[in-house]
Amino acid sequence: MHQTRDQILTSLSIVGLFVFLCWAKENATEYQVRLLNNCAIFITLAVSYNLINGICGQFSLEPNAFVAIGAYTSALLTMSPAEKQASFIIEPLIWPLNMISVPFWFSLIAAGLVTGFFAFLMGFPVFRVRGDYLAIVTLGFGEVVRVVANNLQSITNGPLGLKGLVPHTNLWWSFGLMMIALCFIWRLTNSSFGRAMKAIREDEVAAEAMGIRSFRYKMMAFTVSGFFEGIAGGLLAHLITTISPVLFTFFLTFNLLIIIVVGGLGSITGSVISSVLFVFGSEALRAVEEPFSLGSLQIPGIPGMRMVIFAIILVGVMIFARRGIMGRREFSWQGLIDLFQRAGGRLRRDG
Amino acid sequence: MTLFSAEHLTMIFGGLTAVDDFSIELKGEDLVGLIGPNGAGKTTVFNMMTGNFKPTRGKIFFQREETTGLKPNAINRRGIARTFQSIRLFQDLPVIENVMISYHGRLHSSFIGAVLRTPLYHREEKAMTDEAMTLLQRVRLADFASERAGALSYGQQRRLEIARALATHPKLLLLDEPAAGMNPQETQELMDLILKIKEDFNLTVLLIEHDMRVVMGICQRIKVLDYGATIAEGTPKEIQSNPQVITAYLGEAGGKGIA
Repeated sequence: MHQTRDQILTSLSIVGLFVFLCWAKENATEYQVRLLNNCAIFITLAVSYNLINGICGQFSLEPNAFVAIGAYTSALLTMSPAEKQASFIIEPLIWPLNMISVPFWFSLIAAGLVTGFFAFLMGFPVFRVRGDYLAIVTLGFGEVVRVVANNLQSITNGPLGLKGLVPHTNLWWSFGLMMIALCFIWRLTNSSFGRAMKAIREDEVAAEAMGIRSFRYKMMAFTVSGFFEGIAGGLLAHLITTISPVLFTFFLTFNLLIIIVVGGLGSITGSVISSVLFVFGSEALRAVEEPFSLGSLQIPGIPGMRMVIFAIILVGVMIFARRGIMGRREFSWQGLIDLFQRAGGRLRRDG
Repeated sequence: MTLFSAEHLTMIFGGLTAVDDFSIELKGEDLVGLIGPNGAGKTTVFNMMTGNFKPTRGKIFFQREETTGLKPNAINRRGIARTFQSIRLFQDLPVIENVMISYHGRLHSSFIGAVLRTPLYHREEKAMTDEAMTLLQRVRLADFASERAGALSYGQQRRLEIARALATHPKLLLLDEPAAGMNPQETQELMDLILKIKEDFNLTVLLIEHDMRVVMGICQRIKVLDYGATIAEGTPKEIQSNPQVITAYLGEAGGKGIA
């Protein structure tokens, strides 16, 4: 009974999103479309990152590496040979990458697969350690990928980066893939496999004692997370059309970490809500990086001021609401209805 | 027929010999108690049996196959399940999911099947839920199925640990101080429960316990450890009158008995 109602409501909201996107495509400004695309990409990233950090409980700090691998893979596959020849001025691109140019969809799948494969390989060494050590090892891996991208001139074009990508990413691509990632990870989390991952998060020794192969499920979470982060990287590359190693510093990971902690570690809907807040919030906070005057005090524009504010928000969340917006709960229609009923009841009592 | 045997198990941590030359043989239908003062090495024996520790020396056999050095999950899937001395439930998950996790090792669906929600996966999920519910009824926790496991009372958490271990379909069940922290009423119920599940699931049970009423009340045989060494073995009656056991528990000028 409730199940049918929830299914109808969910379908209706997906249709609503679809209608909204159709409308936005015609009427929204370029800036607004860009923000919406950013939203979808960050949701994909945050939800994938939450799978390994929040659901499986393995605190790791590598998404910047995965996004970078995905972005470079996809960009190198879509660029035309002429464009490549023009970009790689210091050292030419190695064969066969300099010859090929594939359709966008194919490059995204390749980005996902290559990144997933990297995640799989990386899982063997990193899951030999746990806890803080895991965080440090994965953080190191992220740095390694960035440094390699900086120096592997004949593949990544080094610090010059890749320029002149065709802006393939539009609302349909970003939101379509976001829906696929959400649906996949939601179903995985709410299956027996997701339960096994949660069991590892709760108590790895007990999970092992109940027959759960903990290494296998950590690898599974990590690889799936890498797969979708790679695809999101491909989308990001074709949204901003220019990629270089500075895009994929630890700041990217840090932003995603803020998103999933504020949203609630282990809550998929929490990550979605908090990604949206993050993308629009960082636009709203753009003002603090511009010069302004406080009374007689002239404050010059300080780039990076927004990061300070986000860091303060993170500290605030850690002190006052340790479990974030959603904790480990998920959004449910029943919960929303109850919320409205409570609010309505309060209004009636007060009135 | 011998179900389980451990031969000359020795566990050395640095300079400390936690368990020294421990041997045991368990036959089907056995209910054996493992007792000894604190720090005698009882839990270390369990940890070696379940693969949490790799014994420094000695060999372990289960159903005639050697299991020494296997991972805990592999040993569990062969048919040895355990509970923990300090309760280790999946605190933040619902009670029923705690039990359902134990079925995961026997799942046939692949993870793609689970994501696509194939008919096979649906059937398996349904079977899992039903069986978990039946087990919860056995340990009288069915009413709490959707509560968080961490919200249960102490005695209930202990029973949930037993249900969770049973859900892995073990042949040998290792209970680590199942009566710790229970009141006399709960302890009595626990004894009945252990005897009943042993009967219904055809289990062999090895249990560590400090509560002598439990040990003397239900165990057929008892092994006594002290400082890692096995100091006595026999029926409850023999153990109660064994001078070495009395010394280990009460010191040199031992009292009248330990019960």
